[in-house]
Amino acid sequence: MKAKWYETSGDYGDIVISTRIRLARNLAEYPFPERMSASQRRECENKIKETVLNNGAGISKRFKYLELGLLPQAQVVSLVERHLISPEFAKDNDAKLLLLDDESVSVMINEEDHIRLQVMRSGLDPDGAFELADKLDTLLDEQLHFAFDDNLGYLTACPTNLGTGMRASVMLHLPALQENGSIAQLSSTISKLGLAIRGIYGEGSRPLGAIYQISNQVTLGISEKAAIANLRGIAVQLIAQEKSLREKMVLDERTVDSIWRSYGILTNARMISSDEFMQLISNVRLGVSAGLIDSVSMDTINRLTVNAQAGMISMHEGRDMTAAERDKARAEMIRTALAS
Amino acid sequence: MLCEHCGKNVANTHVKRTINGKTYEAMLCPECAAEMGFGSLMGTINLGSLLGSTFTEALSGKRIAENQIVCPQCGASFSDITQTGRVGCAKCYEIFYDRLVPSLQRIHGKTRHAGKLPSGAGIEAKRRNELDSLRQQLAQAVENQEYEKAAQLRDSIRGIEEKEGDGNEG
Repeated sequence: MKAKWYETSGDYGDIVISTRIRLARNLAEYPFPERMSASQRRECENKIKETVLNNGAGISKRFKYLELGLLPQAQVVSLVERHLISPEFAKDNDAKLLLLDDESVSVMINEEDHIRLQVMRSGLDPDGAFELADKLDTLLDEQLHFAFDDNLGYLTACPTNLGTGMRASVMLHLPALQENGSIAQLSSTISKLGLAIRGIYGEGSRPLGAIYQISNQVTLGISEKAAIANLRGIAVQLIAQEKSLREKMVLDERTVDSIWRSYGILTNARMISSDEFMQLISNVRLGVSAGLIDSVSMDTINRLTVNAQAGMISMHEGRDMTAAERDKARAEMIRTALAS
Repeated sequence: MLCEHCGKNVANTHVKRTINGKTYEAMLCPECAAEMGFGSLMGTINLGSLLGSTFTEALSGKRIAENQIVCPQCGASFSDITQTGRVGCAKCYEIFYDRLVPSLQRIHGKTRHAGKLPSGAGIEAKRRNELDSLRQQLAQAVENQEYEKAAQLRDSIRGIEEKEGDGNEG
């Protein structure tokens, strides 16, 4: 079986978890999904499906067509957990998805737009992710007539995506900047540059596991390349700041203690909730990147972070589970992963 | 003085807006100002969808008749768009263009695409894209003190601009 994109770590893997590029496209001849009739929806779906699966390019053979309504609930949830589909899309019983075998590319059909093409990469790689997204978009463009206006660019259901239709985002682990209380201030600086930073898991100013996402907000009047260069520039600055703060942070005995305590709980617990896991693995991730823990690789942590989520566990077990059953299975999965 | 837009009501609102380097300045009546997206700063804040609220300012005028216009392709009215924050179809952008532009300006700061073009894009857009790219390369060449390359780029830019001029005259 082909390795999934999230089972490895990439550039700046000690801080950057993943990079995503998403392109929004619509077919000119149909209304946007919200205002389509059932028959238009079916037609549009088939056109997109046929174009992706049979465009003659080698990559087209590697796509799988999934009807979410026919999948077990746990599998649908797990697609959201892997960021392959949006939570809204998961609620649509009639939703259709095209997924590449290594899960690095997904095409949501008739989400907010007719096409939401998404490319994921581990580590910091917006250029690589865009290159592939751009190539796939060009392939589709050869057979589909995209809604486009010379002034407004690619036309999208939500005007916030007009222009390039591109949203580029980078997911970062920023425990030191979070601990230091700098995120709020960074957030206002970043927003002035047309980007946004937000926590991924949990609510409030201290997101679970200190995982943040930065993404471009402006899509009109700026080219894809320029938007990506901005994003990359900000990401590299954040990485440098996080690194220098971490160096001081790991000299503190209390940090070292909490890293090893977290490792101790993860390698010994018999039941563990998803929230507790996220908190503890964040400390262990910090310990691994600081060289304190050398028996665990970043690849293992990345794999575990995805696989220990609720939907993934139920899917792995092949049945619906109670929360307590999942907590038990999660603890066992973590012990096995960290021991090997 | 009377409103420069409708010519009927008393103008008491001075507006000024710069889009893509072109400045628009006018004296308007409150209704036209609101309709054209120059919302009142004291207007109530709509806590609905963020985007919906950006649009509703444009609706606060009395131009109800104009709000009866629906898109011939998908049947969406402008108030459908402001309520959902979603545009109905590609045609809507054409039908409601003037009323959408102020919101686009607020969201993106610009109202003209600079980026990838699909195969079906117009010649004008392709030419503009090429010019943008050449101008960027020129700036880069000047910065790197590559004057020979800069001169070549400048000639290419002039060539395209002149062709453009021919097109306009013919």
